Amino acid sequence: MENEQRWELRLYVAGQTPKSILALKNITRYCQENLEGRYSIEVIDLLKTPQLAEGDQIVAIPTLIRKVPVPIRKIIGDLSDEEKVLVGLNIRPLPLKNKP
Amino acid sequence: MEHIASIAKVSTGIEGLDEVTNGGFPQGRPVLICGSAGCGKTLFGIQFLVKGILEHEEPGVFVSFEESVADLTNNVASLGFDLDKLTAEGRLRMDHVRIERSEIEETGEYDLEGLFIRLNYAIDAIGAKRVVLDTIESLFSGMQNEGLLRAEIRRLFRWLKEKGVTAVITGERGVNTLTRQGLEEYVSDCVILLDFRVVEQIATRRLRIVKYRGSTHGTNEYPFLIDENGISVIPITSLKLDYGTSTDVISTGLRPLDGLFKKGGLYKGSSTLITGTAGTAKTILAGYFVLGSCLRNERVLLFSFEEAPDQTIRNLLSIGIDLRPYIASKLLVIHASRPTLYGLEMHLLVVNKLLSEFRPKSVVIDPISSLVSVGSALEVKAMLVRLIDTLKIHKIDALFTCLMSRVASGSDDETIEAVSSLADNWLYLQNELVDGKRQRSLLIIKSRGMEHYNDQVPFTITPAGIGFAASTIPTVSNSVNGK
Repeated sequence: MENEQRWELRLYVAGQTPKSILALKNITRYCQENLEGRYSIEVIDLLKTPQLAEGDQIVAIPTLIRKVPVPIRKIIGDLSDEEKVLVGLNIRPLPLKNKP
Repeated sequence: MEHIASIAKVSTGIEGLDEVTNGGFPQGRPVLICGSAGCGKTLFGIQFLVKGILEHEEPGVFVSFEESVADLTNNVASLGFDLDKLTAEGRLRMDHVRIERSEIEETGEYDLEGLFIRLNYAIDAIGAKRVVLDTIESLFSGMQNEGLLRAEIRRLFRWLKEKGVTAVITGERGVNTLTRQGLEEYVSDCVILLDFRVVEQIATRRLRIVKYRGSTHGTNEYPFLIDENGISVIPITSLKLDYGTSTDVISTGLRPLDGLFKKGGLYKGSSTLITGTAGTAKTILAGYFVLGSCLRNERVLLFSFEEAPDQTIRNLLSIGIDLRPYIASKLLVIHASRPTLYGLEMHLLVVNKLLSEFRPKSVVIDPISSLVSVGSALEVKAMLVRLIDTLKIHKIDALFTCLMSRVASGSDDETIEAVSSLADNWLYLQNELVDGKRQRSLLIIKSRGMEHYNDQVPFTITPAGIGFAASTIPTVSNSVNGK
């Protein structure tokens, strides 16, 4: 395979808000479609662990962080623009025929 | 000043500002501090927190949107603010919110809940009562959605209010607005404008309270000073003309001169002006006055605008006035600086600071005319009025020398015009050539509330000091009433 790179993503949310739910839904779908089996998404709810906000410099909610591969990248918002998210995370979309 | 106790207030931690604001900042409400770059906003915020912690046991949170915590800590260390220690003690929390536009991609809807959570966590962790946000407008350079940022910042200010913390929010001065992003629309309880102006190469920092809802406040522009103790504001114009007066008399430091006044000296707490052209012994008379004060064991503060302290001491020593022991015993402090070093208000601030630190009984300013080079006649007059009022309130014996530009005895000089009406006593010195000889003389132009000698009195200066010819040592009996 040309791409054995694993993707470690972290999604910061603050409770079950519509924006956060939408963001998680979106990123999960993009990953399933493009990074099947090569990704993990960790969801951090700052309402439960507020002390984690400072370390990753979280200001906006939701914030998606690409921890691996480095360098770290951040995308804020509900992630509704697929192309922007994929470009932002530097994920090369698979050819169309592999999509369901 | 009368306090109108309509809203609860907290001390600002800035010397003098509590007076100007009639008690401080509104408790539990946001305060906007705006000003251009380098005007002291950040220091203002840090001092508000540090003094709150040290003097009022109110823990504080500092959220920096610009400088890193390490930079901030280093920058204020020279002021004696030990941020690391306060942080370690759990009384201060610093958080650097760093937003790099290049690192962040935006897609879809978001809010600033992350910032709220961070702030909330920091406040609750130490039970903070004070919060500083410096400078929240940086968010606008880090994120694109301006409309959303505005709505969120508005929500943040509301939230801070609900949280019950007294918050200082700094903002960069805009072109036509107080702050670039118009934060003044959202923070409407108390807005303070800091200004840093350079006029004729002399820089002055000024502060003005633009608005303060629910409270009376001073409306003037107040000069403020940033020195090794931080920021201080002197609310000079709050002075009133209601100081007490004394009927006790002090010596001028020169016995024969005392004899020219009916009561044998000057009234305590009065102000004395000595005018004369160059070389008429003004500084020497000032030297006697300083010596007289030292001999009474009273602290005296000498502002020298033309000579270095050593030079003043040496010159006075040559006519037998030895001030060295009093410098050593700290009874005398000589503060020498070039008048052009800073603006008029700064001079006044420095005087005020030294007055409160050193608490002198006498103050000598030699020469007051030097200050004219720093401002217009109107400004100088306003400054001198405030200065003399300040000295009167503290019941300080004041003496000013003033260099006259012309030999004419009339008050054609603008400084003299300004000071003479304020001074209680006015001595006029002359140095004329008569038959190729120098003829020095002294004339009391006025001495408020005291009979005094009315003629010109010739005198000489020898290594033994100022001497009045024996035949001319007057008695007050042949004088007329002085006003």
